[in-house]
Amino acid sequence: MDLKVTIGKTTFENPVWAASGTFGNGDEFQDFLNIGEMGAVVTKTVTLRKKKGNPPPRLVETPSGLLNSIGLENKGIRCFKKEDLPWLKRSGTRAIVSIAGETKEEFVKCAEELTGRHRPDAIELNISCPNVSHRGGKHCLFSQDPVITERIVSAVRRSTGTTLIVKLSPNVTDIGIIAEAAQNGGADAVSLVNTYFGMAVDAEEMRPCLGNVTGGLSGPAIRPMALKAVRDAYNSVSIPVIGVGGIMTGTDVAGFMLCGASAVQAGTVNLVEPAAYKRILREFIAYLKRKKINRAGDLVGKLRI
Amino acid sequence: MKPNVTKRMIKGTILANRQIAPEHFVMDIGSAWLARKSRPGQFISVRVMDGVTDPLLRIPLGIHRISETGVSLLYGVVGPGTALLAKRKKGELIDTLGPLGKGFDLSAVTRKKNAEALLVSGGHGVAPLYALAEAVTAKKRKAVFFIGAKTGKHVVCEKALRKLGAAVHVATDDGTRGHKGYVTDMLRKYLERGARDPQRTAIFACGPKPMLAAVAKEAERSGIPAQVAYDEYMACGIGACRGCAVETVQGIKLACKDGPVFAADMIKW
Repeated sequence: MDLKVTIGKTTFENPVWAASGTFGNGDEFQDFLNIGEMGAVVTKTVTLRKKKGNPPPRLVETPSGLLNSIGLENKGIRCFKKEDLPWLKRSGTRAIVSIAGETKEEFVKCAEELTGRHRPDAIELNISCPNVSHRGGKHCLFSQDPVITERIVSAVRRSTGTTLIVKLSPNVTDIGIIAEAAQNGGADAVSLVNTYFGMAVDAEEMRPCLGNVTGGLSGPAIRPMALKAVRDAYNSVSIPVIGVGGIMTGTDVAGFMLCGASAVQAGTVNLVEPAAYKRILREFIAYLKRKKINRAGDLVGKLRI
Repeated sequence: MKPNVTKRMIKGTILANRQIAPEHFVMDIGSAWLARKSRPGQFISVRVMDGVTDPLLRIPLGIHRISETGVSLLYGVVGPGTALLAKRKKGELIDTLGPLGKGFDLSAVTRKKNAEALLVSGGHGVAPLYALAEAVTAKKRKAVFFIGAKTGKHVVCEKALRKLGAAVHVATDDGTRGHKGYVTDMLRKYLERGARDPQRTAIFACGPKPMLAAVAKEAERSGIPAQVAYDEYMACGIGACRGCAVETVQGIKLACKDGPVFAADMIKW
């Protein structure tokens, strides 16, 4: 069975990856998984300088969902390059480094740090984190503005030859327009969705449940909306779309691929079941066998309508 | 490259699941792995039910007893997840992840003879401290246990603690048992009774945050080192999501991985 998928210059052994922010930098999962067998690991987002993150509580569970406001806590890209990236690269998986910045220049500087022996297999631009503020632009998130999206992507594109994936927010009127902007900027793929804006309230205490008041919703609760967003993006661009949003099983993977995803990222499930990856891939392969499909790629966009 | 495995995701058998007080339940889980690897102060994350997405996250529960064949978890019904947990039946399998986190450092009382452990619990905080009292008394060290509870009916483990040889002091909010007021008042009075050797005394606490902050204050005042088991909202339990952030004098630490037990003077109260 052929599970391979190629995005930009990078070939991945299979289309099931771990989503950013739900898998640390991989090492926490070694007790449960052989990281080297994974299609790819997208790291927790790193920024140019270290970030302290948001005040607690940073998490609250909602019906079939998880609301978080971590706030991109990380130790900064130089430290990440020294302490985490070499290990992840040696593990044998494809290392996708998620980067974010408060300005276009910071995105470029981050990408420039990831060169030479620190070059990952791909870079994912997180222009869609719902829990941080940034400078410039009239929108709350970079990825809510097609002009800024294109500007950031093309600036990073000029600074690196590494495969470039752009992570998009679903908190927009028309995700197709934003996906197109990323494509025009020179992205090799778009990944979606990042989390949905949300909040939870403790009515007894008359307070928001999160320390940062609002957060981003993930988990199976958002899967129907994510599937729709993936289909919209797939219908708008010619570059590959990577599906993210509440994947729990191998059939969920198939669902996203039928809607147009070339690969998927499983996220929240990793926090519930640290060995989930193994099960999901096994279930997906069983699905392909059952459907007598020899190439995973043959599933992409084949929704019968 | 595979490191020594310290934690696993395994199915344990529910040996018993019973209510022991108005707001306290105890689940006994049979698992040789958990029995062998668990230390007081560590926790186990359980999945309430398999194959459902609501509840979605695991529930982290402090290890209450460690036997030769398994572990016991003490919990309160505080939300829909724990309400479902209370309905699980003897003989069923339960998905466990653990043992997780760093437990209490017993060397604080075991490295010197005639050392004394002062254990301070509030509400469900009695859970890990009972396991600790077992370990302390097994090492032939003196254990003094301060139990804080809502009412006399909410006091659990008292008999079992006395059986271990621990001295037990009880405080209740309404005065229906023991001292009426805060458990930390009793700790303060106990400490004021005479100077103690900080080399031979250690405080261990688990309970609501205001109580832990009060314990930290008493520890500072008396110069006696204290370790506190600190609870924070948690998702993964293994240090990946960075949800359970704790502000410490050394920056952000994680309750699940760096804790849940911290030196009291580490935490920014």
